[in-house]
Amino acid sequence: MTEPILEVTGLTKEFPIGGGFGRRKETLVAVDDVSFSVLPGEVLGLVGESGSGKSTTARCVMRLIEPTRGTVRFAGEDLLALRGPRMRRVRRGMQMVFQDPYSSLDPRMKVEDIIAEGMVIHHVRSGAAARRARVRELLELVGLRPDHLTRRPANFSGGERQRIGIARALALDPRLLICDEPVASLDVSIQAQILNLFKDLQQELGLSIVYIAHDLATVRHLCDRIAVMRDGRIQEIGDRDQIYGAPRSEYTKELIEAVPIPDPIRQREKQERGAALRRAAKAGPPAEVPTPAVAKAARP
Amino acid sequence: MRTLWRNKLVAIAAGFLVVLVIAAVGSLIWSPFDPYTPNVAMRNQPPMTASDGPIPHLLGTDPLGRDLLVRLLQGARISLGIGLLSVLVSGTFGFLLGLVAGYFRGWVDDLIMRLVDLQMSVPSLLIALLVLYVLGPSILNVVLVLAITRWMVYARVTRGLMLSLRGELFIEAAQSLGASHLRTIFRHMVPNLLAPVLVLATLEMAVMLLTEASLSFLGLGIQPPQSSWGLMLAQGREYLTSAWWLVTFPGLAILLTTLSINLIATWLRARSSDTSRDSLGSGVIEPRPGWPTARPRAR
Repeated sequence: MTEPILEVTGLTKEFPIGGGFGRRKETLVAVDDVSFSVLPGEVLGLVGESGSGKSTTARCVMRLIEPTRGTVRFAGEDLLALRGPRMRRVRRGMQMVFQDPYSSLDPRMKVEDIIAEGMVIHHVRSGAAARRARVRELLELVGLRPDHLTRRPANFSGGERQRIGIARALALDPRLLICDEPVASLDVSIQAQILNLFKDLQQELGLSIVYIAHDLATVRHLCDRIAVMRDGRIQEIGDRDQIYGAPRSEYTKELIEAVPIPDPIRQREKQERGAALRRAAKAGPPAEVPTPAVAKAARP
Repeated sequence: MRTLWRNKLVAIAAGFLVVLVIAAVGSLIWSPFDPYTPNVAMRNQPPMTASDGPIPHLLGTDPLGRDLLVRLLQGARISLGIGLLSVLVSGTFGFLLGLVAGYFRGWVDDLIMRLVDLQMSVPSLLIALLVLYVLGPSILNVVLVLAITRWMVYARVTRGLMLSLRGELFIEAAQSLGASHLRTIFRHMVPNLLAPVLVLATLEMAVMLLTEASLSFLGLGIQPPQSSWGLMLAQGREYLTSAWWLVTFPGLAILLTTLSINLIATWLRARSSDTSRDSLGSGVIEPRPGWPTARPRAR
């Protein structure tokens, strides 16, 4: 079996909430003992509702925030054990595409500078001419006109901005892309374009991708394996066909039920089936004990 | 129509300041009268009195027979110079501390912000008087004192802007690309918060002018034979009933200059409102979205 490119084990992130001036100190467990791995060239979907800890997981893996416990191994190196410049050098192979293309691009920078920033930071392709050539290449790769170099983000639409964000992430030739709901704030018509772009890029460049989404509708097309998260825990992880065909957890079934079908008759049938399911679940013993998200620890 | 009129006002204000600066600097090169030589025969003459020089005493003369206009321009150099310099010193200092506090948070933030609170709880004029009394009055000390009493305004505003910038995704994006702290701060954050801080600095310039005038009026600022507008007010006060021009013209100079600066600051603020909306204010209460606050005037 091949070595995974990313291996996350027992990742936990707790946030202190409340506290101070005699109030009880509580911790919010945003990510609770999460483990998964990504093989080279594999696309892993990370799916869950808002607040289920998907984005926090991503930010811990990127080490934008420090996890409370757990390990993150990227390309064989323990990322959490490294510090400063060494950590940044290793992390170079892992890049992120953000959810909101409106706030993820510095409004005062030109497109060229935004995309080239990673190269400037890591001193790759030194020389303005070499960098510019690479930026043109990247713009073409993500389907933008290469002569838009000197424009600023305000001159682009949401979909185009997300393409710029993708070009920025690709500039350092990463092996792994972490995409945090990259289409959630785009129009539906644009969503498909961006999803196809990911698919093409993944095949063309042999990328591994961790693709975060809040519903199962968008990930089916793209992902090889899917992990379903709720309340900071991974409920279920499995191959795409297994998740869609034979979901093990109740929550996954609910998520699949929530995917709308663009056919009114079949959609109604599905809704009736879902209602029957829920009635059955109510009558029988609860299939699953909901996990408490807030663990209370009284301060002496 | 309204914006047009406002812009006209702003143009007039800017014009006034330009003329003032040119005249103040120009009087170093050519001046019809010497600002320091007394002429006892011409004491307290009203405006437009004929003189033995090339032009009449346009604004009259002071109790020592010196031309008031020339004195006023000499005072302008000192008042404006002190204002600019103290804004520069306090602005740089407060801005840097605000950057550090807003970026690193934690105990550094607590320390700096408690210092700010401390300073805000003591009347600044009191500190100024105390420090000047101990150090002795001189131009540099006045600059220093003004800087000490106003740095926290910049620290507060800069910190607030930094906090809101920290939440922006493009800052996170820069960090995930591997940008160092210095790069993140100076390449991504500073350019995005410079405009509102510069607007604040413009407003502060007017405050500095007024404070310097008060200090000089109280005798702890500029010392004779040099003059500043505040000092001229103080000296003219004794002759208020007999020579109205002694206080009127320095007073008008202070009024018009601070008014012009404020008009320009307001205009600048409106222009850069996409980044600075609600982030200036007095620095005491920072309105947040959702708070019941006065609606901004419709544009």
